[in-house]
Amino acid sequence: MSEDCRNRAMSQNVSEPATTSSDGTALPVRAAAAVISRDGLQALIDALAADHCVLGPTVRDGAIVYDEIAKLSQLPAGWTDNQDAGRYRLERRADDALFGFAVGPESWKRFLHPPVETLWTARRDNDGFSIEAPSVTRRKFAFIGVRACEIHAMAIQDKVFLAGAYADPGYGSRRRDAFIVAVNCAEAGGTCFCVSMGTGPQAESGFDLALTELHDGSRHDFLVEVGSDEGASLLSRLPQRRADDADLEAAAAVIAQTRSQMGRTLDTDGIKDLLQTNANHPRWDDVAARCLTCGNCTMVCPTCFCTTVEDHSDLAGATAERVRKWDSCFTLDFSYLHGGSVRQSGSARYRQWITHKLASWIDQFGTSGCVGCGRCITWCPVGIDITEEAAAIRAHPTSGGQHGGT
Amino acid sequence: MDRDRRPRLAVWKFASCDGCQLSLLDCEDELLTLAGAVEIANFPEASSAVLEGPYDLSLVEGSITTAHDAERILKVRQQSRHLVTIGACATSGGIQALRNFADVNDFVAAVYASPHYISTLATSTPISAHVTVDYELHGCPINKEQLIELISAFLAGRKPAIAAHSVCIECKQRGTVCVMVQGQPCLGPVTHAGCGAICPAYRRGCYGCYGPMETPNMAALGREWRTLGASPRDIRRALQTFNAAAEPFRKESEAHAD
Repeated sequence: MSEDCRNRAMSQNVSEPATTSSDGTALPVRAAAAVISRDGLQALIDALAADHCVLGPTVRDGAIVYDEIAKLSQLPAGWTDNQDAGRYRLERRADDALFGFAVGPESWKRFLHPPVETLWTARRDNDGFSIEAPSVTRRKFAFIGVRACEIHAMAIQDKVFLAGAYADPGYGSRRRDAFIVAVNCAEAGGTCFCVSMGTGPQAESGFDLALTELHDGSRHDFLVEVGSDEGASLLSRLPQRRADDADLEAAAAVIAQTRSQMGRTLDTDGIKDLLQTNANHPRWDDVAARCLTCGNCTMVCPTCFCTTVEDHSDLAGATAERVRKWDSCFTLDFSYLHGGSVRQSGSARYRQWITHKLASWIDQFGTSGCVGCGRCITWCPVGIDITEEAAAIRAHPTSGGQHGGT
Repeated sequence: MDRDRRPRLAVWKFASCDGCQLSLLDCEDELLTLAGAVEIANFPEASSAVLEGPYDLSLVEGSITTAHDAERILKVRQQSRHLVTIGACATSGGIQALRNFADVNDFVAAVYASPHYISTLATSTPISAHVTVDYELHGCPINKEQLIELISAFLAGRKPAIAAHSVCIECKQRGTVCVMVQGQPCLGPVTHAGCGAICPAYRRGCYGCYGPMETPNMAALGREWRTLGASPRDIRRALQTFNAAAEPFRKESEAHAD
């Protein structure tokens, strides 16, 4: 990737998410869109594989996960996901669509912000000790099939890791180098609510190329939109034809249909004040009776960014290392201050998570921390539903109460 | 403590299968370094040369099942500057704590030809029910990497980097797809991390070998198991294994009568 492209990607990726159209319909696709066939998509993967680690959706362990791919045959052709609160099942589709599913168990977060990362290693030597940076194998990622909600999630994590005085260099380089092939959703999952959060189902910016799968009895190809110079350059090397009005209308229809299929809704009107003034609502105890405090919701969330740091030393006292790991506000250690954890109860921990995600995130970063991907609903082992919990608070708000118990 | 003197290590066995102390011998790559870092003063499974106490670090395996052992653990504590229990037997009573749910005399009569030779307590109890324990390392068996971490932390005078959260977080760290959300009952959400989430990686529900996590919501898990089709007997049996007498597991198992 050229330095120019790197700068371009940076400014593009960190920019504010584009606004969605006010009337709720899909925005018209850009001019100069192209159409590629499935062979063209394989050519895209081949071209990216020359200097990227190419990752895309594939079937593993009864789910559609993101993993390394090289061939179109590794994509989940003819598979879809049936998702509901605490429930995920892979099912056969009636057709052989390649992207006919919603989102999988884990987001692209695990590649950009890996779950375990060594920060440094120290070795004792004659002069005391020396500190070494981890040996980094710089692998540029290419992500195939990034959904609109996930692009918004990356923009949110950019604010966390790259804005301000203390940018995370590892995240920054992985993020800048990533080539993003978005896919406009053709199928909303049972727990999707991107329309409520204004984050989908159409990818509007933050990608290099965006695909819309056009698939009916008579055709199976992809409308391609360009989101960056690098995307344009790559597209120019693929077998393609210029998109005509019928292609654009077909793509718009796909997105409009997905928009109408949302499995969930979340009323965001005044939600910051609503949650911040209901710290003592009885619903927190109600949800705590169901919540396992297992941390799954935070792990699968594409924006949750919290980590813990572990220091290790070896038996001989010759080397030490500092390791960063994903952490969760559902663990006791997360809020451990001198003398103990300040969030002992499940009520306090669930309240912290949802209030941060939907309310205080706005104070902190200027946007909601939720992109409506629905993963926290699907992958909660007991099916706790963030939209349902927020609605329950809204249905019977209590007066006052900005400070709740531990 | 003399700074030039190596800390003295002792390994003690109570009612157990020896698997946890064997984990120490399993640390093949680290054994020589370990022997250089500590003086292995009392470890009968490794060496018949047993040196007298006191000891700086005692690793205690096994549970208390006899009056003799209930006395012996007091003496171990008296000789130990730090006492760390290792494994499910020592931390919760082990599989042998199944006796706590029935009459031990019935078991003795069923197993032994001459029951009158057997002198045993009615219950199997963890070491912490008898003496002060400085740290508990969970698991059946323990994870040898955690054991090395524990000893390394002891030598450096730091807190061991050993998490008490759920197995779920380990599943997510390794990228395992949740088996419970795919319909299979799993004890992972209420179980203490440490194994690295082995069973779900092989598409099996967690067996709870590491016992209860820091804040287990047992009732919520029990309800979800019922929703997934588990019978009360299934739930009882799943919870009454290696950590049957750990209080959250015991209580929830007894809440599911046929």
